[in-house]
Amino acid sequence: MSRDTAALDPSRQFHHWWNNERFRGILYQVLLLAAVVGVGWFLVSNTLTNLNARHIATGFVFLDHEAGFGISEHLIDYVPSDSYLRAFAVGLINTVEIAVLGIVLTTLLGIVMGVLRLSSNWLVARLAAAYVEAMRNVPVLLLLLFCYSGITVSLPLARNAYSLFDCIYLSNRGLKLPAPVWDASTQAVTAALVAALVLATLVSAFARRQLDRTGRSLPVARITLGLVLGLPLAVFLAGGAHLSFDVPHLAGFNFAGGVTVSPEFAALLLGLVAYTGAFVAEIVRSGILAVSYGQTEAALALGLTRMQVLRLVVLPQSLRVIIPPLTSQYLNLIKNSPLAVAIGFPDLVSVANTAINQTGQAVEGVTIIMTIYLGLSLLISVLMNWYNRRVALRGGR
Amino acid sequence: MTRLALPSETGEGLLGGPVAWVRRNLFNTPVNIAATLVALWAVVRFLPPVVDWALVRATWVGDPAACRAAGGACWAMVVEKYRLILFGLYPYDQQWRPLLAIVLFIAAILAAAHPKCWRRWLIYAIPAVLGVVGVLMWGGLFGLPLVTDDRWGGLPLTMILAISGIVLSFPLAVLLALGRRSRLPAVRAWCVIYIELWRGVPLISVLFMASVMFPLFLPEGVTIDKLLRAQIGIILFTAAYLAEIVRGGLQAIPRGQYEAADAIGLSYWQKMRLIILPQALRLVIPPLVGQFITTFKDTSLVIIIGLYDLLSSTKAALSDPQWRAFYVEGYVVAAMIYFVFSYLMSQYSQYLERRLSAGTRRG
Repeated sequence: MSRDTAALDPSRQFHHWWNNERFRGILYQVLLLAAVVGVGWFLVSNTLTNLNARHIATGFVFLDHEAGFGISEHLIDYVPSDSYLRAFAVGLINTVEIAVLGIVLTTLLGIVMGVLRLSSNWLVARLAAAYVEAMRNVPVLLLLLFCYSGITVSLPLARNAYSLFDCIYLSNRGLKLPAPVWDASTQAVTAALVAALVLATLVSAFARRQLDRTGRSLPVARITLGLVLGLPLAVFLAGGAHLSFDVPHLAGFNFAGGVTVSPEFAALLLGLVAYTGAFVAEIVRSGILAVSYGQTEAALALGLTRMQVLRLVVLPQSLRVIIPPLTSQYLNLIKNSPLAVAIGFPDLVSVANTAINQTGQAVEGVTIIMTIYLGLSLLISVLMNWYNRRVALRGGR
Repeated sequence: MTRLALPSETGEGLLGGPVAWVRRNLFNTPVNIAATLVALWAVVRFLPPVVDWALVRATWVGDPAACRAAGGACWAMVVEKYRLILFGLYPYDQQWRPLLAIVLFIAAILAAAHPKCWRRWLIYAIPAVLGVVGVLMWGGLFGLPLVTDDRWGGLPLTMILAISGIVLSFPLAVLLALGRRSRLPAVRAWCVIYIELWRGVPLISVLFMASVMFPLFLPEGVTIDKLLRAQIGIILFTAAYLAEIVRGGLQAIPRGQYEAADAIGLSYWQKMRLIILPQALRLVIPPLVGQFITTFKDTSLVIIIGLYDLLSSTKAALSDPQWRAFYVEGYVVAAMIYFVFSYLMSQYSQYLERRLSAGTRRG
């Protein structure tokens, strides 16, 4: 067939059919496909043979079996007699918890450090630069191990714990905080806080509309602050100013009551945030530098205040530069979170690792890990791309 | 008209003497005065105790008891354990071999870093160095006793994993980058899937796969040892990231270059080898160095699957209950080794960026 097309095409009639570009293209693709399928078949058949030889059943049936191992930290109820599926869910929730807290704290730390590095104050700028360089040039795992040793080796035993007002304790068992008791009063205050946040969002949307229409701006920051602090406080006072806390207290060699930030959790969060924060700081710095100084000068010449210049002129433009690399830093943070294995925090990979060791279901375990991480990465990418489109130049491309 | 000398905005230079400089850079506005005072307080509060700990009251030789008595840093721990930290469990009387391997690697990196050495022979020299290091570490030839790779450890292992990871993944990365820009849909789709899959999963899970799943992939009776499996995992993983960097370079080459190469009748591979890749790769050297730094730091993750790299052997040295309390010293030394390499490489990459853009920079 290709000989015919070559004959019909006048420019190709002196070429042999194997020199035909289209034919070669198809040939290459068929070869590649054959190679991929061949290698895939080779691997799969080997795996099946090996699994048979080891008497391991393939498939995800094992997820229904009893896990039989304990997990030290779980946000949903979990006991060793629960199924593997539930154990994986506990691990996933722990991973998501680290990811969410990590992303929020990293962003805050990164913005602060990035801005400080640009400070006109020589000393402050140098200190921020020292932080960034120190964190960027060592492995994140080293930071984690260091934080973990720091907490478990250097902090005092529970009975000698550092305490603040006899209700917050810091020891090698982690940080113990008083927990509010979930009664009518706390529920009302929480509801007030949620209502304040919703109201603040509405106010800021209204303010933006009014700014666009009339050019008058409302003091949105002050209104938001007033709402978020004032409303819960008002409800709290109206409810008789009564809140009860479950305060931790020493019982034996450890504390009882309150909520605990475990050493593993604290070390993981601290290490990840300190490390990723340095990269975010650099991104923020380059984003701000990318907005030409003429923009600031022009805005000042228009009579905007320093704060307005930052909020209305510089930040919206620098966000366009910041968002794409920031997204990959968020992804890096999530992809670094399985380092939890090294210090014994029960995240998804750590749970999966235990499950694989117990059942021998290596293929299924690794498949679950990879699928979930791919899903998480995709989710973050989609969210950030959506946000990026919002801040991007309209029209343009 | 002569231009008036303005006070430097960036604070560079000592215009008007040190006092004026301090005024301008530290005490120019109320906010800055406050910031300076806070920063100064922090420095005064924390720097002297750290110096006191690290240098004044430090113990350089001695046992844990002497360290505790002195109350400062216990560098004696590092002096006692440096062989374990640097070389892992490599046989003690043979440790000149990993030391020589480190020297060879550093020499190779220095050569590869110098623009004068960017010639064709470098492409053969680097794999040759890897081969020589392999022979040196394994032995079994030229009268060197055989040392199996489960006893390798420390800095040489870190360097082997990182350098082989980058060097051996490079050809695969170039193929993937070309494939992703290919006009053949099956080739392009396959390359996109490969790159995005590997970039979407954590390196740890790749290492897990190499450690627990890889043995299942092989025919019965064939086994590959753990180090090689981890190395293969790192190579396949790094290739995806390198491919994206190379693709960036390919995209930056103007279309005229492609069209000109077509016009003089070069085949696809001639065009890429002689015209496009030499220009594209030169453009992406700085991000390549960045990826090298990342890979260098990320090799520390092999601790999870039980290999004794630099960080892992430091941790092993600290597991000695006698010295366990001096973990800060151990980790500081390991961190300094990582820092020196990474920092020098990142400074080099910045220098390179300036140098490479020298021809095209405006102003």
